[in-house]
Amino acid sequence: MSDPTPLVEVQDLKKHFPVTRGLILQRRVGLVRAVDGVSFTIQRGETLGMVGESGCGKTTVGRTMLGLYPATSGRVVIDGDDILHARGRDMLNIRRKAQIIFQDPYASLNPRWTVSSIVTEPMRVHKLFSSDRERTERARKLMALVGLNPNLINRFPHEFSGGQRQRIGIARALASDPSFIVCDEPISALDVSIQAQVVNLLEELQDQFGLTYLFIAHDLSMVRHICDRVAVLYLGVMVELADRHELYEHPLHPYTQALLSAVPIPDPRKDRARKRTILTGDVPSPLNPPAGCRFHTRCPIAMDICRQQVPEWREAAPHHWVACHAVQ
Amino acid sequence: MVDSLLRVTDLKTRFHTPEGIVHAVNGISFHLNEGETVAVVGESGCGKSVSMLSLLRLIPTPPGEIYSGTAIYRNDDLLKKSEQEMEDVRGREISMIFQDPMTSLNPVLTIGRQLTESLRLHLGMTQEQAEQRAISLLEQVGIPDPSRRLGDFPHQFSGGMRQRVMIAMALSCAPSLLIADEPTTALDVTIQAQIVELVARLRESLHMAIIWITHDLGVVAGMADRVIVMYAGYIVEEADVDDLYDIPSHPYTLALLAALPRVDRRRDQRLKSIPGAPPNLLVEPHGCPFAPRCEFVIEQCLAENPPLMSVGKNHASACWVAVKTGLPR
Repeated sequence: MSDPTPLVEVQDLKKHFPVTRGLILQRRVGLVRAVDGVSFTIQRGETLGMVGESGCGKTTVGRTMLGLYPATSGRVVIDGDDILHARGRDMLNIRRKAQIIFQDPYASLNPRWTVSSIVTEPMRVHKLFSSDRERTERARKLMALVGLNPNLINRFPHEFSGGQRQRIGIARALASDPSFIVCDEPISALDVSIQAQVVNLLEELQDQFGLTYLFIAHDLSMVRHICDRVAVLYLGVMVELADRHELYEHPLHPYTQALLSAVPIPDPRKDRARKRTILTGDVPSPLNPPAGCRFHTRCPIAMDICRQQVPEWREAAPHHWVACHAVQ
Repeated sequence: MVDSLLRVTDLKTRFHTPEGIVHAVNGISFHLNEGETVAVVGESGCGKSVSMLSLLRLIPTPPGEIYSGTAIYRNDDLLKKSEQEMEDVRGREISMIFQDPMTSLNPVLTIGRQLTESLRLHLGMTQEQAEQRAISLLEQVGIPDPSRRLGDFPHQFSGGMRQRVMIAMALSCAPSLLIADEPTTALDVTIQAQIVELVARLRESLHMAIIWITHDLGVVAGMADRVIVMYAGYIVEEADVDDLYDIPSHPYTLALLAALPRVDRRRDQRLKSIPGAPPNLLVEPHGCPFAPRCEFVIEQCLAENPPLMSVGKNHASACWVAVKTGLPR
């Protein structure tokens, strides 16, 4: 992983949402630190997994790095372009290269548009091809590519099943010929037998077009399957980052260990025999995150230093990064 | 031989809709012993929730209609009881918890009010007795500072805590059977592990039977005694938990297990996906409902729907083909 030019570079990204009270004279009464200093890189053709409980900021990272939410601070470079400071035509150009697939295939497609309008829209926006005929032709090819019958191109989203809609979302993301796609929980709304279909499709498309993915998910089994490296987020900060098998076989951070031990294994003997670390309580509010290490309130091995000092982000083993005072 | 608590025979439920008749449950039969935990596994629309709601007579009629079957619970047929008799069964004998605790709790009533209601109704407690019992119930399900939280409203609890409140409510009258309808699906894995552990602990102390409805073959592996797999309103396989995972005998079970990635294993090939989509339940079932997606399909499958047939001790599968050999049975 020492390739000199990663496709995606994120440095100290922060996204804080103000909490206001009052209708006309809005007073700021608090700050949700949804993402509070996250840094990582993604190599060309790589899939980086991003996992954590709900509210850990994983979706906000994906949206902020594409400029869908204005970032509070930090730097995001995608294929040589600084996305957070880009304006106008530059921004448009970056958007062509970086796309997103959303979690809910019901909410992310306009119900009044035909599949044809949905899939050709990115081409119209980016002025790809000179005529509507060519764009529709390309949309038909994309439909076939994602495993949908091109003859259904004039139908509306409600005429498709959940899995098929997610395929439409994928076709739309591919329409502008991007190099990087943020996959924001693309399979969690789908049935088990359909999940494997969509994951296999994403993998095939990656092989075919050399796509780079940020794969945001809470299903740790699927992340192990599809990702090359995995980042673990907790309350807006990264606590561990490593190659997938290293992370799943030798997790260093107590949060990663607890998260992994909570994942059910579809094997009764193994599941019964295994020792679980069951975390007590819920994730604290990001409005007022705990001082020191943010995990110390739920950590089974918390020490005094964890309550006072933020642990340093460091490379504990080759390519294995962790932020924990207890890790030697 | 252990006592049978519930015996369901040939249960059929359908819905009359403007588009036609939806065949949701197409004749399922199963039994449940005292203190036993059975998992009902299947994808959305397979009839797993509808069949359990039918037992409790919670299907809105119309459009729903339970048009065949018996459900013998401790010598009485649940499907023949009057609405008034059913009210004594629900909550007291059989309790149910749902996937989304926010929609099953009343948002404008305090947790205390909702918890004490069934205690006063079913057990005839006074308000004071009921409150004492409510506090001890909340304590049992692991809610910190229970006496203060009695005055809180549902929105003041987190998702995991709300599910605990639901469980406390379901257990308030010490039922003999708890039906859990995907109680952990909306929760994070860490919270899911907490809830599964809680239910397993309560099961031991209260000696109750559990029907755990889920789409996740992983969640139930560690806690179920037996597993029932449903597809398109039919039971397609039923087995003791170890046998189901060791020697799955229906092509659908086999395919579901192969489609699951494993957190504890390296796997570098593609996942095995199941082609196609679950069938349209508006169409009258003809032949085996899984046949269009099945890799073992033979001619007989298209003509005749296989009944559940014994393939081993406590193990039944509805398939004309022996999946080990790929040959007709």
